[in-house]
Amino acid sequence: MYEFIRGPLVWIAFIGFFGGLAYRFITMARLAKKERVVLPTFDAKYGLRSLLHWVVPFAGVNMRKRPFYTLLSYAFHICVLVTPLLLMGHAVLWQESWGIRWWSLPEGVADMMTLVVIFACVFFIIRRLVRPEVRNVSFLSDFLLALLVMAPFVSGFIAHQQWLPYKPMIIIHGLSGALWLLLIPWTRLVHMMWFPFTRAYMGSEFGAVRHSKDW
Amino acid sequence: MVDLLDTQIIDPGVDESIAKLTPERIEKTINRVLTEETGARLQAYLETCIHCGLCADSCQSYISRDKDPDYAPVAKVKDTLWEMVKRKGKVDGEFLHNAARIAFIDCGACRRCAMYCPFGIDISYQIMTVRRILNLLGVVPQYLQDTTNSHAVTMNQMWVQQDDWIDTLMWQEEDAQVELAGTRIPLDKEGAEIMYSIIGPEPKILAQLIANMAIIFKVAGADWTMPSTDGWDNSNMAMYSGDFETMGRVERLHWERAMQLKVKRVVMGECGHAYRGAVYDGPRWLGWTKPPIPMVHAVEYYYELLKSGRIKIARKIEEPITVQDPCNIVRGRGLHDKLRYVVNAICEDFRDMEPRHEHNYCCQAGGGLINCGPPWKLSRMKSNRIKADQIRETGAHTVITPCHNCHSGIEDIIGHYKLGCHVSFISELLVKTIEMPDAGGEA
Repeated sequence: MYEFIRGPLVWIAFIGFFGGLAYRFITMARLAKKERVVLPTFDAKYGLRSLLHWVVPFAGVNMRKRPFYTLLSYAFHICVLVTPLLLMGHAVLWQESWGIRWWSLPEGVADMMTLVVIFACVFFIIRRLVRPEVRNVSFLSDFLLALLVMAPFVSGFIAHQQWLPYKPMIIIHGLSGALWLLLIPWTRLVHMMWFPFTRAYMGSEFGAVRHSKDW
Repeated sequence: MVDLLDTQIIDPGVDESIAKLTPERIEKTINRVLTEETGARLQAYLETCIHCGLCADSCQSYISRDKDPDYAPVAKVKDTLWEMVKRKGKVDGEFLHNAARIAFIDCGACRRCAMYCPFGIDISYQIMTVRRILNLLGVVPQYLQDTTNSHAVTMNQMWVQQDDWIDTLMWQEEDAQVELAGTRIPLDKEGAEIMYSIIGPEPKILAQLIANMAIIFKVAGADWTMPSTDGWDNSNMAMYSGDFETMGRVERLHWERAMQLKVKRVVMGECGHAYRGAVYDGPRWLGWTKPPIPMVHAVEYYYELLKSGRIKIARKIEEPITVQDPCNIVRGRGLHDKLRYVVNAICEDFRDMEPRHEHNYCCQAGGGLINCGPPWKLSRMKSNRIKADQIRETGAHTVITPCHNCHSGIEDIIGHYKLGCHVSFISELLVKTIEMPDAGGEA
């Protein structure tokens, strides 16, 4: 089992992830071409202007209205993307398998970043249960997605700390991580890919067509 | 929890139409719109929304109803479009009744929420998609459908007949001449610089606004004209009822008339949705990225006249005045600074609202809402509490509303919440305050 996770599953996960994203991107681009005014509306200047305002923390009114949520959300998204890429344990695997070397995070920092992801996911789940306007639009799938995002981080952290037997934990870690990658193109996690387009489209409409701001 | 009184409202346009529907027709219609009339945009919106609820605080109906989660923008999509998609169009009459209430009454398609969604998801577009589906099913509030019928038959919103149109213009020309000798309303003047277009309710119930504008044009020495036949009305309630075919016809005729008159630009009266229809929604349906001739909203035109000194203010109004930023010309055109320039030029004591500019609250009357008529008025008022508070806090005696829907909507708010102030168009204040040329003058 461990060998499978260490070997073929990594391939399956990456091919599935990139293949899935490419497939979704191509089919979406075809669909967009059929809508007469969608592509011509995109405007580089105003699209990027809007994107910039929604990528820089506190550049938008709504972000300034809820500082804790904004900070946590940014911390979560940075940690969830950066930690797996720059984790020393992962870097070792890259080097062993393919001889690729790259910079990795000091252990203490990686541990902190992992805890940020876990804390943020727990916060998001509690927020879903506590805030009426969020609970009203929360489905089982929303909770499962939060748990799915959390799973590789929790299992990886436990395995690293060796609080529980290492091998089973690392198997759970590998499986949940692979599942996570494989599901991104087919669930709402795909917002990581569509976000720049939905934002830039709205920015183009607000800026180029309506001469106003959307933040 | 949705206000139970609101759910009990009976509207023949909604309920009698639903009674005639079959499950097959409902399913087929919904799936047709979801597969043939929508595409990448809707799909990306549906998949990207992570149900975070950050849009909630943007919506005046949510805030006004004590943060009732059912009135959050995302909840309005959840209870309509998400269900239609999930059930693959297999929804029942009760669902449609509810969807009609949400899409036609609780959301004014003002797009404030799009500025609060981190992803820029256009909830208004999704609600308009629901309206489109309901329209194809014949489920539209009766009063709103009547205005759409009028557009389809007469090409104006208020069943104004051809002879009435000409007669009203001549009558207003005479009235204007009493105020300022030599004022004309030139009809079908080919090659004029400006075609002035207005909305149906002006000749029907607010005819003096036409005379006001004629006086302003006269003082400014403008080279302008109005069409004598159909195409003069730039309003478009079909856009809001989901009858996009009729919307397209209305907009096409309006632009064709302007092209026939060979004008350089179209100046339009103080209306918000008409601007949206003519510049944005209409052209999109017709497959144009922009209108064929530039369109200038009255606010922009007044700004131009005041800034260039073509009209001058003789005496400013002294009483406290505030201004409503109409969604469709502020979020929809960024005219807030020009609007304030104009208002400050006319008024001594201008008191701004908070929040303002693009972040103004919608009057919950535009977007076709007020056109849904008396059955829904009380429901609308409940969604308007925040607007009433906002106006009250300014202490103003007059609320300037450079938009017909804002004008009627805020008049309702003032009555319902007993605010003790009144509403006014800019043109009404301009004719009282501008420097008129000395008596006399040639025709």
